[in-house]
Formats: sequence, C-alpha cells, structure tokens
Amino acid sequence: MPLHTVWFLLIAVLFTGYFVLEGFDFGVGMLLPVLGRDDRERRVVINTIGPVWDGNEVWILTAGGAMFAAFPEWYATLFSGFYLPLLLILLALILRGVAFEYRGKRDDAVWKRRFDWCIVFGSVVPAFLWGVAFANIVRGVPLDADHQYTGNLFTLLNPYALLGGLTTLLLFLTHGAIFIALKTVGDIRQRANTLASRVGVAAALVAVVFLVWTVARHSTPLSVTFAVLAALCLVGGLIANRMPSRTDPQGRREGWAFTGTAAAIAFAVAALFATLYPDVLPSTVDPATNSLTVANASSTPYTLKIMTWVALVFTPIVLLYQGWTYWVFRKRIGTHHIPEPAPAPAHTEA
Amino acid sequence: MDATDLARWQFGIVTVYHFLFVPITIGMAFLVAGFQTAWVRTGDEKWLKLTKFYGKLFLINFAMGVVTGIVQEFQFGMNWSEYSRFVGDIFGAPLAMEALLAFFLESTFLGLWIFGWDRLPKKIHLACIWIVAWGTVLSAAFILVANSWMQNPVGFKINTERGRAELTDFWAVLTNKVALITIPHTIAGAFLTGGGLVAAVAVWHLLRRPGRDTAAYRSAAKVGAWTTLVAMVALALTGDVQGKVMTEVQPMKMAAAEALYTTEQPAPFSLFTVGTLDGSRPVYALELPDLLSFLATGTFDGQVQGINDLQAEYEARYGPGDYKPNIPVTYWTFRLMIGFGALASLIALWVLWATRKGRAPDVHTRGGRLLLGGALALPLLPLLANSTGWIFTEMGRQPWIVFGQMKTAMAASPSVGSGDVITSMVVFTLLYGALAVVEVGLLLKYAKAGVPDVSPPPQAESDQDRPLAFAY
Repeated sequence: MPLHTVWFLLIAVLFTGYFVLEGFDFGVGMLLPVLGRDDRERRVVINTIGPVWDGNEVWILTAGGAMFAAFPEWYATLFSGFYLPLLLILLALILRGVAFEYRGKRDDAVWKRRFDWCIVFGSVVPAFLWGVAFANIVRGVPLDADHQYTGNLFTLLNPYALLGGLTTLLLFLTHGAIFIALKTVGDIRQRANTLASRVGVAAALVAVVFLVWTVARHSTPLSVTFAVLAALCLVGGLIANRMPSRTDPQGRREGWAFTGTAAAIAFAVAALFATLYPDVLPSTVDPATNSLTVANASSTPYTLKIMTWVALVFTPIVLLYQGWTYWVFRKRIGTHHIPEPAPAPAHTEA
Repeated sequence: MDATDLARWQFGIVTVYHFLFVPITIGMAFLVAGFQTAWVRTGDEKWLKLTKFYGKLFLINFAMGVVTGIVQEFQFGMNWSEYSRFVGDIFGAPLAMEALLAFFLESTFLGLWIFGWDRLPKKIHLACIWIVAWGTVLSAAFILVANSWMQNPVGFKINTERGRAELTDFWAVLTNKVALITIPHTIAGAFLTGGGLVAAVAVWHLLRRPGRDTAAYRSAAKVGAWTTLVAMVALALTGDVQGKVMTEVQPMKMAAAEALYTTEQPAPFSLFTVGTLDGSRPVYALELPDLLSFLATGTFDGQVQGINDLQAEYEARYGPGDYKPNIPVTYWTFRLMIGFGALASLIALWVLWATRKGRAPDVHTRGGRLLLGGALALPLLPLLANSTGWIFTEMGRQPWIVFGQMKTAMAASPSVGSGDVITSMVVFTLLYGALAVVEVGLLLKYAKAGVPDVSPPPQAESDQDRPLAFAY
C-alpha cells in the first residue's frame, strides 16, 4: 500500500477517534441544561466527562497536525477555504474549554449560568459545523488550478452539507445522552435513557437519509458497506437503549447502547472517507485536474515514512493510557457524589 | 493595510497572548510536582498545602494555554496557506508529533491528576503531575524545532516543480543548532516565569497575612526565588550561545538588535539610545565598548557585520529588495527582554535576602512596603521578557518567514480576504480581552485566598457513596 494511502487511513482513524470521543462530549455539553435541572445535577452531567474531555479534544489537534504533515495541500486549502466555519469552531472550543474549568470557580449563580451557556454554545456549534465541513469535503468545493478555494461562505451552506451538520448534531446528541446514562445513577440516568430513545429515532432517520445521499453521490462497495453497518449499529444501539438492564431494574443496557452509537459514528465516518478516496478534497470545477488527491496533496515518501514509524510506535501507547483513564474513572456518579462547593475563599482585607 | 499585514498582526496578537500562559504552565508544572514530591517524601502538610494551592493557580492558567493553543495549530492553514504548502513536508511533522507525543500526555495525565486524588495510589498520582510537567517540555521542544527551522532551515531541498521545501534529513531538523540552544533558553524563561509567580504570591501572603501558614509561604518564597535566580543564570548562559549562533545564521538579526549599520571591529553594545535608530547619528547613546563583539563572536575584538553591508550582500544573493527588519522594534525588544529578566532576578534575590535565616519581611517597615511592590512586579516582569524576546526573534527574521527561502509577503492565504482576517482578528481580540479579565480575576481571587485546609473530609459510610475528591 502506498504511504499516502496509509496516511489517508490514519487520518480517517484520527477523525473517527475524534468524533466517537468528542462526539459524546458535545452531546453531554448540549444536554447540560436539559438533563441538569439544578446546579448539582448540572455538575453531575459535566463531571461525567470531567477527567476525559481534554484528552478527547487532542484527537482533533492530532488529526489537524497529521493533515498538515502528511497532506499539506489538503490542510492549506481546507483551512483557508473553510475560514469562517473554522473560526466559529475555534470560538466554540475556546469558550467550552474555559467554561469547564472556570464554571465552578465562583459560587455565583449568574457566573455559572453564563458558563453553562458557553458550554452549550461550545458544544452545539462544533457538533453541527464538523458535519457541514465533512459533508462539503465529500461533496467537493470549487477549487482553481492552484488548488485555491474559490467559493465563499454560502458555497458551504448547501442542502447536502446542512443535512450532514444536522446528522452529526443529532448523532452526537444521542451518543451523549447514552453516555450520560452509562455514567450516572438515579434520576438523571433514567431521564437520559428516555431522551436518548426519542432523539435517537430522529438521529437514525436523518442519518439514514444523509448516508443514502452520500453513497448515491459516489458509491463504492466499501462505502456502501460502511453506511449499512453504521445504520445497523445505530439501530442496534437504540434497541439496547430500550432493553432493561439485567443487573439494575432502573437502568437499560447502556453499555451495549453506547457501543452501538460509538460504532455507528465510527462507521459513518468510515463511509465518508471511503466515499472520498482517492480524493482528499474534490473540486466541483474541473474535477479531473483541480481536485486534491492523496497523490497530489501528500508529502514526500521520506516524511511519510518517518511519520508512519512515529504513529506506529506512539498511537498504541496513547490508546493504552487513554483507555486506562476511562478505567480509573469507570464508576458511575450521582448527585450524592458531588462535593459541596469549596468554601468561598474568605475575603478579609485585601 | 493589506491581508498579509492583518494576518501578521493577528499572528502577533494570538501568539503573544498564547505565550503568556505557556511559560507559566511549564514552570509551575515542575514547581507543583516538586511540592507534591516533597509532601510524599516528608509527609509535611505544608507541602500538600502548597501543592493544592499552586496547583489551583496552575490549572486556572493551564486552561487558557490549552484553548489558545488550538488557534495556533489552525491558523497556519487558515491565514498562512501558502506558507503551509511550502513548508508542510517539514514543518508539519513536529506539529503532528507534538500533538501525538505531548498533548495527549499532558491532557490525559492532567485529567488523572486533577480528579485522581482519591482514585490513584499516592505515588502514581504523583507520577501523573511529573508526566504532565515533562509533557509540557516535550511539547515546547517540538514547536521550537519547528520555529527554529524557520530561523535556520536545514535538512531540506527545494523542489522547484512542486514549489515547496522537501525534507531530506529529519535528524538535521531535530538537531538544528538554533533549536538545541533555543529549547533550553525558552525552558529557562519558563522557570523564570513560574518561579517568579510562586515567589511573588508567597511574599504577598507573608507581608499581608503575617502569621498565617508562615512556614508554607516561606518555603514557597524561597523555592520560587531560587528557581528564578537559577533560571536567570541559565538564561544568560544560553542567551550568550544563542547570540553567537544567531550571528552565524542570521547576522542581520544581530545587527538589527544593536541597530549597527556599519560593520565594526570591535563593536560596542549600547544600553539605550536617544534618537531615531535609522543610521543617522544618535542624539545620545550609552555604550559599553566591545560588548557587542563579545556577545556576537565570543571575543572582545570580533568583527560584527553592519546592516548596510548585510543589505548589500543579501541584494547580491537574493535580488533587489529590503532585507532589514524593523530596527527600532528589534533594538528595543532585545534590550527590554534582558532588562525585564534581570530585574525579575534582582527582585528574587531581594526576596531571598528578606527571608534569610528565619526572617520574615514586615509590611510595616519601608523595606517591607517596597518588597510588596517588588512582589507585585515579579510575576509580570518575566511575562514581559518572554513577550519581548519572542517579538525580537520573530520580527528580527523579517522580511523572511523562512529565512533565505520564503518571504512573509508570499506566505498568506490568497483565498482569504481582508474582511475575513479583520473578522477573525476582532473576534479573537474581543474574546481574548474578555478572557484575560476573567482569568486574572480568578487568579487574584485564588491567590489571595491562600493555602487551603487539607485536613481529610469526614468519611462517608461506604466507599460507593463517598463524594468525589474533586469535581468541576
């Protein structure tokens, strides 16, 4: 297999990891005001991802860095072409990251509410825009002979891309609800399960339409297989979400449900990348000459070889210790686990 | 102002801002790890208090470093697509490795450290913060390798057909002599910053809250001040080597640092100049004879090339054009960097003097009040030194984005208009301004609050129901 194809696969893997992991982070963030009815419940919701969200977010930095290193032309065209959506994503990720860390740092309802909205905004916007971006990557955008993007913001807001955005939004919402159910006890868990069932149906309908549209544009046996698997996993996950838990009458089969939505997201991303290959960014104008492909966008074999060795050695190590984190923090949490807010620092004279 | 100028301003704003937080993160990660190690080794509660106290300040700062760091990785593609196309084969690799090798380590083990107080065995929990600390250094090393390649491109060839630089020797890129000296210099700067902050907060408490947790604050003040002092020595030594490397690979930057227009042997170093720095006779300059020769060459009678000679040389080599960086900016930032750093270390020395042999500074004396002023300046001076140092390094490389290979004027994104850049600049500036207010407010609040009570909480009946040791 040529090295640029290896790197196409690796970047697909990195984005898959990102969407599976940060997907539930986004879902959790979006559901903060829905499932957290008071401050203590909102803290339960946030703390389901407390120790892991930052590590999950590194997947996008690694994917971006890998894109820069392995396909500089792809990185350059995409990031300059999708300028304003990426700006919005950055704004969202900044507000969200700061909000997690700072929300509890003052015992002040207004302060907390503001940061809650930062978390919601910071989760909804990227959950939608990443879908818009990836749908546009698969669909193609106008590029000139120098691989420069020649469209504008509205070029990106086409119906297929907007449907892609809605798909990721709903998928992540479902994924997040199931994750909360998997990580909590008591009332929140039940409400999260109920919500997952409802949103899940909408997510499944929209996702199926989007995947059918995707493979209808450019189908390969592989992309069709992935799309079908994505749909089956999502349906399987939603069925598990309705089945009572064997150990706890209050709960459902959350582990299987989560496996289902995680696999559905992974296969959906795989279907997109399978549809895309061997292009990395097709052009809607003179596609034969102007499209960016794994061949004309990639770095030299020497750079790719070094990068391949580094990835082969270090990716398993990363997976091991990230997996270990999830093991350390495997316990479910409920409102009774939330410590009292640290006593407000006594302000004597300054 | 065209799109390239706007993109440069934006890069300057977001990068200087990002680098306010990074050195604090690096320096404080090691100091907090050190405090926790002292606690695990000795069992003395004061070290646990200091770990938790400075750990909190560290985390407030860390969050800002993380979120502003995402912008850094995205903006090469967003604003500098032609640069990205030209250098991606070389520059992308250290960035990708930084994410894979360092960012994952930092973020994952920091999560374990923050939330793991009651979940992990004591020593494994301690190991987490050390892993974070070394992760920050690894991260700095990779990004400095990338930056050093822009200052002194090595290990590559130009592919004219593809119009890009291609990697031929990755080891040469990793062992770039600019990188090898810039990494220790930058890390030393981070320790100056972290040490200064730790010492300053401790001194403030010793002065304003006398009698409360004195033992803990005395230790913190001493550790912080010693860190600052040792860092300053390291900065001077590494900076000295850096000057000589710079003279070799970027002589124009060295000439610009002194605003030395004509080649001189020996060349003096001016502490400051009153005048325009445009090559005309200055109104007044306080000069130390032969010092620039020493800084640049290591001998007091070495020859230092002047701006005008280098300009002529570059025109012959690279074609017509202006190869001079902004001289007043390079001249002053170079001096201010040294001055701010030196002043910080002097205050650190003063802190050590004031706390020698069990003494505690007293705010009711004139010395104590002065020291309070010093303590307020101490965290800011290293930040200013870091910023001016980087402005010098980057502005001194101009007009090149990759020295000798690509000019900054050719590097911006052609598909991104001025309107887009202005939009993002306004967004970032407003957002960063607001976040600065929030962040500084929190730092002050938690710094003033002082070391926490570390007596263990009452045990719940069962392990299952025990509240988390820490939750957001």
